[in-house]
Amino acid sequence: MSNSDYIIEIKDLHKYFGSIKAVDGVNINIERSKVVVVIGPSGSGKSTLLRCINHLEEPTSGEVWIDGEKITHAAKQINEIRAEIGMVFQLFNLFPHLTAMENVTLAQKVVRGRSKEEAKQIAMEKLQRVGIPEKADVYPTNLSGGQQQRVAIARALAMDPKIMLFDEPTSALDPEMIKEVLDVMLDLAQEGMTMVCVSHEMGFVRSAADEVIFMDFGKIVEHTTPDGLFNNPQKDRTKLFLSQILEH
Amino acid sequence: MSEQLQTLEPIITVDDLSSKRRLRDLPWWLFAILLIAVYVVFIISSNENYNKAFVFIKAGLYITVTTTLKSFLIALIFGLLAGLGRISKNVVINNIARFYVEIIRGIPILVLIFFIALVGVPVLVDGLNTFGYWLADNGVGFLGKVFTAVTNKDISMNSRAIIALAVTYGAYLAEIFRAGIQSIVKGQTEAARSLGMSYGQAMRYVILPQAIRNVLPALGNDFVAMVKDSSLVSVLAVRDITQVSRLYAGSTFRFRESYIVLAVMYLTITVVLSLLVQLVERRLKTHE
Ligand SMILES: Nc1ncnc2c1ncn2[C@@H]1O[C@H](COP(=O)(O)OP(=O)(O)O)[C@@H](O)[C@H]1O
Ligand SMILES: [Mg+2]
Repeated sequence: MSNSDYIIEIKDLHKYFGSIKAVDGVNINIERSKVVVVIGPSGSGKSTLLRCINHLEEPTSGEVWIDGEKITHAAKQINEIRAEIGMVFQLFNLFPHLTAMENVTLAQKVVRGRSKEEAKQIAMEKLQRVGIPEKADVYPTNLSGGQQQRVAIARALAMDPKIMLFDEPTSALDPEMIKEVLDVMLDLAQEGMTMVCVSHEMGFVRSAADEVIFMDFGKIVEHTTPDGLFNNPQKDRTKLFLSQILEH
Repeated sequence: MSEQLQTLEPIITVDDLSSKRRLRDLPWWLFAILLIAVYVVFIISSNENYNKAFVFIKAGLYITVTTTLKSFLIALIFGLLAGLGRISKNVVINNIARFYVEIIRGIPILVLIFFIALVGVPVLVDGLNTFGYWLADNGVGFLGKVFTAVTNKDISMNSRAIIALAVTYGAYLAEIFRAGIQSIVKGQTEAARSLGMSYGQAMRYVILPQAIRNVLPALGNDFVAMVKDSSLVSVLAVRDITQVSRLYAGSTFRFRESYIVLAVMYLTITVVLSLLVQLVERRLKTHE
């Protein structure tokens, strides 16, 4: 049986693409309201791990449990569980044919079955929360990267998720826009959202993370706290990686 | 008119080189076509023989237009379904769609029209009728009636022509839809699915609206092609403009008048439609 102290349990997770072992035997338990940041070199399997949590990738083997429920690839269950897990992508993935407001209301209406008015009202709350209510009627092409990403966060939040997944949400942004997105994420973390973030923003790790996971070659090399990561890294591989990203 | 003159002004005042370039870039081919059309209109209005041919042939326009429109609307549905089938991960659906598309694309349209209208439809209807009688014999008469209500006698050649064109074009449109759907980046589906949408919902609300917008020009071009291919239904004695031209030419021996009028009619329709498609295409590009 599952221990429901943990909102996310990942048990011996493997995901292979042909001969590539993108995720190679990962175990993680995440408690409610914790912020876990995943770091690691490019190609180490961070995105794949995240995408296995909501089954955007079907694991080759192993189990993912969300809130005491084992995820299978069965269509109905997976749609219900995904609605509870917000995901924010590196390239925003806003729907370009819809305005910011429509981006935020669409899934509320078709997945949550909310009325037009209710969906709009909630969308407006979320757009306010990410600081761009005035952009409600603007199409994504006319928004800056930072604004697009904030709409994407609002879109995920409007579903009232229990968990938020972030896959390098700031790495496609111009430097001056990174802060506006991180501020929103920090806010969420402080309000007690359970978050799993792939990010190399060390400022964010320091101020928001409860745990840090360092991945390499599909495996967890080190699972520690921000303090443990910066002040007392155990593995040489971690030290090397840290020195590389802290250099600039 | 005055607006046009205003926009022409800078053309006159620019230097020699670029005004030469502008002359070169004008759509001379279009002027030539317009000239021919105007000339033929002039002949039709001034020459009695052309006028008679035109009046006779014009009567087929209604059939040409309605046959094309109806066929295209049905073909859109077939095409969309087959296009979705072509990208389906379900092996059975995928293969059925592929089978349909490949069969149709492997047979000349003229042969398909004969085949569907004179073999496909009758065999299918006979089969359904037989099934209906069997149902009636086995005590489900009310259901049997559904299958025996329509017999081959009831299906006009014009309807068969429409079905034939629709089935044929459905296969071509399927490939347009397939390409359109596949041109939408994977991140769009992923964003939709990550919000809890089903495959169908993601298709309907996220992928198709973008894909259809992208393929509008291609659909438009196929519509123009269909206007032309609708002339093939004349082989089924459907009285479209091609058929009535043949009839007129055959009975009056005025071949020249008949076929000049016929050709210019098609040309006018297709050139106007093509220009519209280009306009839409440009609109879509600037509003990207
Ligand atoms: N859809 C896919 N098909 C094949 N290989 C993939 C696919 N997705 C990821 N990979 C491979 O899996 C490995 C891990 O990728 P990824 O999870 O994206 O790493 P990261 O996010 O840490 O950069 C890489 O070698 C990558 O090339
Ligand atoms: Mg990645």
